[in-house]
Amino acid sequence: MKLDTSGLNSIVPFSGTDDGLEENIHLAVSSFQLPRTTDFDGFQKKAVEMVKPAKGTTTLAFIFKEGVIVSADSRASMGGYISSQSVKKIIEINPYMLGTMAGGAADCQFWHRNLGIKCRLHELANKRRISVTGASKLLANILYSYRGMGLSIGTMIAGWDETGPGLYYVDAEGGRLKGKRFSVGSGSPYAYGVLDSGYRYDMTIEEAAELARRAIYHATFRDGASGGVASVYYVGPDGWKKLSGDDVGELHYKYYPVVPSPVEQEMVEIPVS
Amino acid sequence: MSIFEYNGSAVVAMVGKNCFAIASDRRLGVNLQTVATDFQRIFKIHDKLYIGLSGLATDVQTLHQRLVFRHKLYHLREERDMKPQTFASLVSAMLYEKRFGPYFCMPVIAGLGDDDVPFICTMDAIGAKELAKDFVVSGTASESLYGACESMYKPDMEPEELFETISQALLSSVDRDCLSGWGGYVVLVTPTEVQERTLKGRMD
Repeated sequence: MKLDTSGLNSIVPFSGTDDGLEENIHLAVSSFQLPRTTDFDGFQKKAVEMVKPAKGTTTLAFIFKEGVIVSADSRASMGGYISSQSVKKIIEINPYMLGTMAGGAADCQFWHRNLGIKCRLHELANKRRISVTGASKLLANILYSYRGMGLSIGTMIAGWDETGPGLYYVDAEGGRLKGKRFSVGSGSPYAYGVLDSGYRYDMTIEEAAELARRAIYHATFRDGASGGVASVYYVGPDGWKKLSGDDVGELHYKYYPVVPSPVEQEMVEIPVS
Repeated sequence: MSIFEYNGSAVVAMVGKNCFAIASDRRLGVNLQTVATDFQRIFKIHDKLYIGLSGLATDVQTLHQRLVFRHKLYHLREERDMKPQTFASLVSAMLYEKRFGPYFCMPVIAGLGDDDVPFICTMDAIGAKELAKDFVVSGTASESLYGACESMYKPDMEPEELFETISQALLSSVDRDCLSGWGGYVVLVTPTEVQERTLKGRMD
């Protein structure tokens, strides 16, 4: 009997339908191979479970008088296990734009790098930097074209362009929101609590950085899946700058120093009468 | 997620030369949300007998109350403290009573017996005893604790070194676990004295 060697051949790359609507949406990545199966949803579910994305993050960003502050923790967890305490969750897209990472690490890293390429190409073609609005829409459109295929991304695109500071929230479901204040990840409710109560538009850079740091710290304290280092970035008219990276293990005892508890009762020798 | 991991916990006990130490973390959470950082999982039965209960917090407290009650009855009838071995059998029997609806707890028992011979043991939720002569671990950080204890433990340690070892093992293990940590608690028992210490740890 002749062996079926079809499995050894490379699979024909997926090509879009011929209606031309899907062309040129994402140039750099020509296409991904799609599984040849009739039960795509079932396959997808199994595949997503196999490469379960690292969840558990706290990231935040907000616009204030001087520009944008972007901040994040640095923990990666798989279930209950902490796989790393030193993940770079703030991705430097270009000297004027930052992206944050929540959800699948690989998905975020890949598509941010991909966005970086597109932004550079835009710069070369138009002789000016891309706006934050434009960049975030570029990403949102790509993610929308992969909607329902199991990508896991919750990101904020923050930067400075010709119109001033810009901040957008973009997620894998295709959502794209413009705003002054965002927090994404499992620790975001805690971070929002601190951020919303402490936010003022006319903060100084130092005050804003401290607010971001505190928000991340409080999130790492309450959220088991967040922790490690609280890094704070600032984006101003001259591009982004990393302001600080504090180990939250030390930050806790800086915010709440341990005071020796007073001795309730000293033991004394009772003189033998 | 398993009900054993609902609150998160880490418990460890180690044997030294005529002494033992038992330690736990201090976190009480609801899944990933940290609710309290001063939760007690290690309980005194008598001066030279301690039990650490990992697992579901509500069952930890219920089981502890029932164990205290049973030990008091024993004390009334026998007019002496229970031997660690006897106590371990009691815990085991009480857990197996609930074979088809168990307490979601994994106990760690540590005590000094006759002639101050240290005794440690652990159990699963339905009372299968597992005796050890070096160390026992339990809780959501048990895998990391096994690794840490396996590499840091030495036989016949003096109390000071035992305290250092169990503390380092506990702290480094819970730093690899999302669901336990937020400080530590150590009890060091020697034939003449008991030392209780709370440990500063990473609060994330």
